Amino acid sequence: MTWDTEYALSILPRLLRGLLVTIEATFAGIAIALVLGLIVAVIRYLRIPIVSHLFTFYVSFVRGTPLLVQAFAAFFILPDYGITMSALLTGILVVGVNYSAYTAEVYRAGIEDVDKGQWEATTALSLPGRPTWTRIILPQAVRKIIPVLGNYWIQMFKDVAILSAITVSELLYTAQTIGSSDYRYLEPLTLVGLLYLAVSYPAAIIVRRLERRLAFSR
Amino acid sequence: MPSPAESTDAESPGPANGSDEMITFDNVSKSWGDNKVLQGLNFHVKPAEKVSIIGPSGSGKTTILRILMTLETPDEGVVTVDGDELWNVAAGQRIPRETKQMRLTRRKIGMVFQQFNLFPHLSAIQNVMEAPVQVLGMSKDEAHERAKDLLDMVGLGEHLNHKPPKLSGGQQQRVAIARAMAMRPKVMLFDEVTSALDPELVGDVLDVIRDLATSTDMTMLLVTHEMRFAEEISDRVVMFDSGIAVEQGPPKKIFKQPDNDRTKKFLRAVLEH
Repeated sequence: MTWDTEYALSILPRLLRGLLVTIEATFAGIAIALVLGLIVAVIRYLRIPIVSHLFTFYVSFVRGTPLLVQAFAAFFILPDYGITMSALLTGILVVGVNYSAYTAEVYRAGIEDVDKGQWEATTALSLPGRPTWTRIILPQAVRKIIPVLGNYWIQMFKDVAILSAITVSELLYTAQTIGSSDYRYLEPLTLVGLLYLAVSYPAAIIVRRLERRLAFSR
Repeated sequence: MPSPAESTDAESPGPANGSDEMITFDNVSKSWGDNKVLQGLNFHVKPAEKVSIIGPSGSGKTTILRILMTLETPDEGVVTVDGDELWNVAAGQRIPRETKQMRLTRRKIGMVFQQFNLFPHLSAIQNVMEAPVQVLGMSKDEAHERAKDLLDMVGLGEHLNHKPPKLSGGQQQRVAIARAMAMRPKVMLFDEVTSALDPELVGDVLDVIRDLATSTDMTMLLVTHEMRFAEEISDRVVMFDSGIAVEQGPPKKIFKQPDNDRTKKFLRAVLEH
């Protein structure tokens, strides 16, 4: 089989539409992971009896099972309990929940990395819990973890490909569909690889730049 | 018709309940494992009094300040500030981490730390404005105005918008003093505030504290290794060793004619350097 540029160009628009779905799913997943992860991290940090343990179990459970298994479970089992969603929405939720566990761990590391003296200063100034978290602790924690989070986001972008297994029409699924209908895999899969690289490589550079800019000049 | 004396009384630092003590420690103990940091401490401070606490490292000096700031829990004893109970712990009793009463009483106290503990992501003026806005509900304009005055007072009027990492240690510590002052505390705690500074930066910080000591009627508690400074600004010096106040009195007495052998030994050791 030889490379056919004309054919490759003809399928490019469909693949780009797939890429768009991948990117949309990634951003939606990031949003879910950021919010859910923060809630999980703060509750675990506060060491509320039972509740904190439940969230610790949540993190272990989600991190201890494969994303593909979680995707299948959500896609095939949830409808049995009357929960029906589109494949895309199911996929976004699965990726978001999955990465919330990793994100929670990253937040936790960031929070624990904030100097003890910062907490003592908020006590000495009688700052209540809310501004202590939102204005003092989290801004410092987030600054330290953005590079780590950024790398997780790039990984999430690539992991969205797993959702092809539950018929989400993202980039890889589109390529597979093209391949099985045209009996050609060289061009679609090559283009898929190149398109992934075209997004993740610049993203990695941006993350590295952010890392340098956000570092405190102590 | 209030007499002039009475009208200034409204600003007086005296305790609200008519007691003549601003700070009381009664039978306060604290241990870390086998290490008894405070052993049945009885220690009273009058309104507007400036008290320096001296003594060897690990003698419990800092613990006194940290218990007042509620950063540490006493194992036993009663602590009051301005007539309000801050701690009342019976031996072996399990105490809640924080009560409303503690939170209210704590507002009367400000603290300056050895390591400054400024918020590194906020500018100097934001550091000073934060608590008045968030805790006292002051408008941003008013808080900004006052923060600016306070930073002027500590000689940092030119550095309002600089973030702590851009300031020297001495400048950071002066911002920290302004930040604590912004809450208008009745009691100020200074915990070895010059220990982390390069020697040439110590003077500016001590100048600011000296100004506060002479120009305000705040009650001040200083844990310090700056003996000459303690002698100069204190009304009273307390010598601490192994969790016990071994000797206390006016600075001249403690530094020139100490009675206690441990005080003599400690002063010989630090003044020789």
